[in-house]
Amino acid sequence: MAQPAKTPVVFAPWEDKTAKPLIEFNGVTKRFGSFTAIDNISLKIYEKEFFALLGPSGCGKTTLMRMLAGFENITSGTVLLGGRDIAPVPPNKRPVNMMFQSYALFPHLSVWDNIAFGLRRSDMPKDQIGDRVEEMLRLTRMEKFARRKPHQISGGQRQRVALARSLAKAPKLLLLDEPLGALDKKLRNDTQFELMDIQEKTGTTFVIVTHDQEEAMTVASRIAVMDHGKIIQVATPAQIYETPNSVYVADFIGDVNLFEGNVTATKGDKVEIAWAEGQPSIHATAPAGTKSGDRVHFAIRPEKVSISGDKPDDAANAIQGTVHDIAYLGNISTYHVQLSNGLIVKAQAANNRRLSRRNFTWEDQVWLSFTDTAGVVLNK
Amino acid sequence: MRRFSWFNATSLTLGFAFLYIPMIILIIYSFNGGRLVTVWAGFSTKWYGTLLSNEAFLDAAWVTVRVGFMSSTLATILGTMAAYVLVRGGRFHGRTLFSGMIYAPLVMPEVITGLSLLLLFIAIGLDRGIITIVLAHTTFTMCYVSVVVSSRLISFDRSLEEAALDLGCTPFDAFRSVTLPIIAPAVISGWLLAFTLSLDDLVIASFTSGPSSTTLPIKIFSAVRLGVRPEINALSTIMIGIVTIGVITASLINKRAVTKRLDDEQKAAAA
Ligand SMILES: Nc1ncnc2c1ncn2[C@@H]1O[C@H](COP(=O)(O)OP(=O)(O)OP(=O)(O)O)[C@@H](O)[C@H]1O
Ligand SMILES: [Mg+2]
Repeated sequence: MAQPAKTPVVFAPWEDKTAKPLIEFNGVTKRFGSFTAIDNISLKIYEKEFFALLGPSGCGKTTLMRMLAGFENITSGTVLLGGRDIAPVPPNKRPVNMMFQSYALFPHLSVWDNIAFGLRRSDMPKDQIGDRVEEMLRLTRMEKFARRKPHQISGGQRQRVALARSLAKAPKLLLLDEPLGALDKKLRNDTQFELMDIQEKTGTTFVIVTHDQEEAMTVASRIAVMDHGKIIQVATPAQIYETPNSVYVADFIGDVNLFEGNVTATKGDKVEIAWAEGQPSIHATAPAGTKSGDRVHFAIRPEKVSISGDKPDDAANAIQGTVHDIAYLGNISTYHVQLSNGLIVKAQAANNRRLSRRNFTWEDQVWLSFTDTAGVVLNK
Repeated sequence: MRRFSWFNATSLTLGFAFLYIPMIILIIYSFNGGRLVTVWAGFSTKWYGTLLSNEAFLDAAWVTVRVGFMSSTLATILGTMAAYVLVRGGRFHGRTLFSGMIYAPLVMPEVITGLSLLLLFIAIGLDRGIITIVLAHTTFTMCYVSVVVSSRLISFDRSLEEAALDLGCTPFDAFRSVTLPIIAPAVISGWLLAFTLSLDDLVIASFTSGPSSTTLPIKIFSAVRLGVRPEINALSTIMIGIVTIGVITASLINKRAVTKRLDDEQKAAAA
């Protein structure tokens, strides 16, 4: 008898109103003197999440983590861990481990002793500590360097030791401050998958800071985009990419074309946006509540813009321009197309033909086209 | 290597001559065979022998060494604690005042330190003896230790302590197993400095010593007032030797630690 296909269980506790968050920030503010590093943040992170913090340098990512680890006092607001206010709990009593951005390896101890440091202070029986350290060394491929001191290994190796040390205790919550920045691409990919694997096995909740968007996209269950101590958007990688809630997020994550204009007509959720003299209006789908006369940004990703020699008849939007520049990236090319009003629009196309047989070259007249659902209309 | 100009060479020679000729003369005369201190009568080590059979000097030496050990150990513990609190304690009330005050004994005239300690001991009815000298020496050498240790702590990476706390250490455990091993060279050189200072001290010890607890510097001073005897030269030579070794070791330990750290940092940056 044929079984009905099982619907895969989607991991999305943040959609579940009854789910209890592991971490809860309620209106948290952190000031250093008169400087506000964290500005009234409210945020929920659920058990078994892989939560990525993304944002420009100095936006408060490390500060947010340090509050969780217990190294910064909270100026106002509360942070709950498993429903309990953690403000009075000292760092050594929190079920949290942190991997420091500066690694903070103990210079007087060998790699082995660095990794064993936390285990020796836990209730793990002595005879199991050795096995656990060996396991961590294997995981980070540092077996050969176990006897060395931190100053006798390379920067990337140091990063791996710091990672191993923070993983060793298998804490409930693991804070990783740019854990993979110093690794080469291959090792980084491997380690990313290791991290996801560890998480699947141990059910640890990860909060990770990264400057690498691709990394955040690969590993994260959700991403928080931060700016100047505020959280701008929290959503899954796909949502952040496909439906950013603001120009800031659209611009920060990935490549984007932005058109600023006025809504001239609405019909249902379809709108027309006039954005420049002598250019056709953009037809797009807008969020509810968008009215005629609103000042909006239309954002569209380069890979959603098609490029063709002739005007496509059935496209909702078609704009003419000349090829200004071509960035060849191997599997794809990005065409920088200049419109008659000077604006440059990027369009991406897969290179499914050999270079010599490519369709377009510099100074060619081309048409750019996209459907009316390909981009997003942003009103902030 | 740049050659020294004659001017540099002369100033260096003059400066060092000024500093060291008196001591060199003293050392040379400690090997004088004659009874008269100022007349050379051939090489001999007999005064060192006489010295070893002089009970009074040996007693004083033993007192001095005990006082040195006890006071420098106490001073190192207290000075390290003070340095730690002042560098690490955050901005508690009156911190600037405290860090200023800890340096005061460095510039305070010793006579005043000695006198005030004497008054204190009399006031609390403490009989003068080894204990009082130890307490007095602890007081005045502690600030030297804390200067040495706090300059090391300032350059100490705070996140190492945080990492220790994060991995489950209590604050005291973090200090014992991370901070202390790393600042150990500074602590040891602080101890050696305190020990040499205690060994040297005449003024404060004279205020705080009792009849049964004469230290070597006091003994020498009172002996010299009755006329310089060749044994004193020998004794002084030995003290110069001990102090020199102490100071050189202290600075070597510190310098080695600094070079090693710079070296490590360089390697880290190059990696
Ligand atoms: N102890 C402190 N005293 C004063 N200002 C601080 C302190 N710690 C951090 N800041 C400030 O708070 C802001 C946020 O710092 P934070 O270290 O959280 O940035 P970040 O997002 O981690 O940046 P990066 O990506 O460069 O690591 C910065 O502007 C920083 O200068
Ligand atoms: Mg940071």
